[in-house]
Amino acid sequence: MKKNESYEELVKGIWRDNPVFVQVLGMCPMLAVTNSAVNAIAMGMATLFVLVGSSFLVSTFRNVIPKQVRISCFIIIIATFVTIADYTLLALVPKVHKELGAFIPLIVANCLILGRQEAFASRYPTRLAVMDALGMAGGFLLALFSLGAVREILGDGALFGVRLFSENFEPWIVMILPPGGFLTLGVILLFFNWFRYKKDEFLADVAEAERGGS
Amino acid sequence: MIADARKPPAAPSSLRLVMTLAIAGLVSGVAIIGIYETTLPTITANKARELREAVFKVLPGVTRMQALVYRDGRIMAVPEPQKDEPVVYGGYDEQGDFVGYAMPGAGPGFQDTIALLYGYLPGDKQVVGMEILESRETPGLGDKIYKDAAFVAEFSALSVEPEIVAVKKGTGSQANQVDAITGATISSKAVVRIINETHAAWIEQLPAPGTEPPLADATGNAGTGQ
Amino acid sequence: MDNLPWIFISALLVNNFVLTYFLGLCPFLGVSNSLETSARLGLATTFVMLVTAVCAWVLNTYVLVHAPYLRLICFIVVIASTVQFIEMLIKKLSPALFRAMGIFLPLITTNCAILGLAIFATNRGYGFVEGIVYALGAGIGFTLALVLLAGLREESELSNIPKLIQGTAMNLIIAGILSMAFMGFAGLFSTS
Repeated sequence: MKKNESYEELVKGIWRDNPVFVQVLGMCPMLAVTNSAVNAIAMGMATLFVLVGSSFLVSTFRNVIPKQVRISCFIIIIATFVTIADYTLLALVPKVHKELGAFIPLIVANCLILGRQEAFASRYPTRLAVMDALGMAGGFLLALFSLGAVREILGDGALFGVRLFSENFEPWIVMILPPGGFLTLGVILLFFNWFRYKKDEFLADVAEAERGGS
Repeated sequence: MIADARKPPAAPSSLRLVMTLAIAGLVSGVAIIGIYETTLPTITANKARELREAVFKVLPGVTRMQALVYRDGRIMAVPEPQKDEPVVYGGYDEQGDFVGYAMPGAGPGFQDTIALLYGYLPGDKQVVGMEILESRETPGLGDKIYKDAAFVAEFSALSVEPEIVAVKKGTGSQANQVDAITGATISSKAVVRIINETHAAWIEQLPAPGTEPPLADATGNAGTGQ
Repeated sequence: MDNLPWIFISALLVNNFVLTYFLGLCPFLGVSNSLETSARLGLATTFVMLVTAVCAWVLNTYVLVHAPYLRLICFIVVIASTVQFIEMLIKKLSPALFRAMGIFLPLITTNCAILGLAIFATNRGYGFVEGIVYALGAGIGFTLALVLLAGLREESELSNIPKLIQGTAMNLIIAGILSMAFMGFAGLFSTS
């Protein structure tokens, strides 16, 4: 029973309640760092670290933190993890850190993380909270990567720095520029909408058929 | 009994609230200071290495360097420049002889600020190398200022007299002219302008050629004199 | 780089906080369905930005030189306190405005644009005056982007939009086109 629950929490964040495509949270860093697949993954990993760490602490101490100051406590915890992630990245991979720039500290303002603490981690036991954090961060990483890959392939003709096309390929430069971020995400959301619409239609048809049949 | 069970729990005292925040802040502070101290050596080493690599790139033949600042009316070597103090780097070869200056400059480009480092030989009054340190120019166009090897090579033997000029591609003939990049004229001209401005700011303060500060050894003492 | 007009115009148009740096997207996409609310939110945000810029400079100059690693936490505390303070101020001065703004005031705290402003200004080493000019440009630019999108959204409500595109997808595509338009401002201040 418990195992199924944990699994549920883990998986829901990846597709059904994907933080970017479904809940439309965490937009700011999304668009800014996804001009290449490497940057996207780095940001996704940093966010995963912060989200899991914060959820773990918040959930463990959820019965100790008074309600009145909970938001401030959440923010202190999140900011601490973000600062740790910032310095660790600067020490280990300075080139990536330079690319991500000011967006690493901005993870603090990512509505996704604070939202998860408020909505989930502060109300559920540690194990479930960590599973939820992993799932949400995983969904976030997935979204970041898909956006980053599309933008890099179309805008640079490469993936992870590896040239994919011949010399004659004229890259669609706007994709790695800001408008490209907006447009790509808009189109991906469009597909998501279409997908859900079709699914709802299908389910409605099934319900209709069942009603008509019985 | 039932009435008791329905009573809402008492609100926590102000002291409890403050204590919670204080403890959270304290633990957080300790964790942050911890990570800072742990990563500081690596970070400073990385920064120093990046700077050294850039300096060696713009001053061919240079294997050692030191920071130079303008204080008390003259250029002098310092182990550590003060924050916000303008600094140039002196490049020296294996024997410790002065080769040239590596001068950092920055200014607005087409999209945003461009930061660069260029190598200068005072004896020949020539720029011998240029390295873009930071740029957010348009990918595919403006970013050619560091991606286009031909453009960067324009700065390997450039006279600064009377000043560097960017001209249309293919028309550069004189020693102080740089061929701008087609389609990235503004970025190219920005690079030239930044170098000219940095140069104008420093030229009065640089000592006469041949009287540059000698390389200080590890103990901070200047080497045997000029 | 002490060029004040350049700093202002750059933050306002060329490197607009929303359309170029992707900061402040939550309110940008969430609030911009009403022109009036957008304008008000933009104004409140600009004010918070100004206060934040000044506080950031004070912190950077006097406090954080000794403890640079505390920068992030200090900035967040400053922003949260400023927003709290403005909330109380508006509540006292104009209860009607307070009611109209509702939930959006506390949301300014998580607006990445304000934290982003503080971090950018720190990284670029802006002084007191430069910080203020930067905050003004950024705030007005943010308001501009919000108002533009709100106006377009209000217009589009009168048109026949396919159901699939409605919602955030459409807003993002409109934002993409706006962003492209703003790209045209690059080179506005070229001094060659």
